[in-house]
Amino acid sequence: MDLTLMWESLPRLLGGAPLTLQLVGLSLLLGLCIAVGLAVMRLSRNPLLSGPAAAYVFVFRGTPLLVQIFLIYYGLGQFPALRESFAWPFLREAYWCAVLALALNTAAYTSEIIRGGVQSVPFGQIEAARALGMGRMQIYRRIVAPIALRQALPAYGNEIILMVKASSLASTITLLEITGIARRLISQTFAVFEIFIIAGAIYLLMNFVVSRVISLVEWRLTPHLRRAT
Amino acid sequence: MFELLAYGDTGWGDELLAGTAMTVAVSLGAFLLGQVFGLLGATAKLSGRRIPAAIADVYTTLVRGIPELLVIYLLFFGSGNLLRWFAGLMGLDGYFEPNAFTVGVIAVGLISGSYSTEVIRGAIQAVPHGQLEAARALGMRPRQVTFRILLPQMLRFALPGLGNVWQLTLKDTSLISVTALAEIMRTAHLAAGSTRNPFLFYSTAAVLYLLLTSLSTYAFARAERHAGRGVRRA
Repeated sequence: MDLTLMWESLPRLLGGAPLTLQLVGLSLLLGLCIAVGLAVMRLSRNPLLSGPAAAYVFVFRGTPLLVQIFLIYYGLGQFPALRESFAWPFLREAYWCAVLALALNTAAYTSEIIRGGVQSVPFGQIEAARALGMGRMQIYRRIVAPIALRQALPAYGNEIILMVKASSLASTITLLEITGIARRLISQTFAVFEIFIIAGAIYLLMNFVVSRVISLVEWRLTPHLRRAT
Repeated sequence: MFELLAYGDTGWGDELLAGTAMTVAVSLGAFLLGQVFGLLGATAKLSGRRIPAAIADVYTTLVRGIPELLVIYLLFFGSGNLLRWFAGLMGLDGYFEPNAFTVGVIAVGLISGSYSTEVIRGAIQAVPHGQLEAARALGMRPRQVTFRILLPQMLRFALPGLGNVWQLTLKDTSLISVTALAEIMRTAHLAAGSTRNPFLFYSTAAVLYLLLTSLSTYAFARAERHAGRGVRRA
């Protein structure tokens, strides 16, 4: 075990952290927006809306993320129409391809989490809101959304951690985030274990912070479950 | 365009089929190895002994908190180093490369096992304590209690979770393609490169994975029905 090498690789690996965080943050944000739309479609009684949403979830959950990344990064460039469109300056870049693939992927999982949360709201709550004369939007805003959020939060926390890990796949399309840098350092120094320990520790720390923040938010959102002191 | 997918010398159909078989083989190997790790891990966590429980905790926390790709890199490059060091120790000359299939099974098996540990632990805890007490009262030995009472009943609780783990394992094997093992993803990558038709081949890979995951969903639904055959439904 080469401790000097570990110490020297720390700043270089940390240099990849901003890119990892950017990929995770951007794709979570974009993915959440798509997921809300998908969940609304999926919960609709109209099969023309719920059908496509179900198909989307089926395809994106049934295939590996690596396939999705490669399909977007290598596959889309094959179409001349797309190469001449306004989207090409974005889709040409590995960075935006990675963000897009991660966002589309997390949207499928997140939409199911949202759906589960909304469906977990007891019907009596909605009935009571209706009896009080609340409108549809009011019921959604004041009753369904808060209860669903509380229910979905732990699962969404897991999804964030999965995304931190999934962002490592961006290294397969040339991006130098933490895993990409680790891969490069390993091939330069052959010090597999040293580099792995440092890179792994950075990811563990990130995931630890995520899980602590989620439990903190959960604690704040469930005052009724706390024991009176 | 679709003649590129032909079966035989002119197309990539046979190569992709062989890749699918390889994906299934790696997944099965890794999943089974994962069950061994999972049973060991769950037993250690529930044993009440401090050191085995701590080791199992470190295992699940580490492997589930670190990207799968990094774990695969560690095992792939690390095992090469280890192998060459060992060969040097034995006085063997030459360059030694670890077998990509074996490394793949071990790497994905480790990941699969960390998720299985939690699933199996939960399932064991879900078996009513009275069942085990009754078995002991009937004079069964510990081994009999485990194999006749605990494991069959645990299976019913574990199957839905293990179904999820299997799907994860199946998709994680795509990451093994970075080690040049010719499974679906690697074959699609080679075909995409040599024919300059990436969209076709990556879509085909996606369809193959969808086929595998749909078949698995069906198989696990059957297995769940079988494991729950003794349970009365409301």
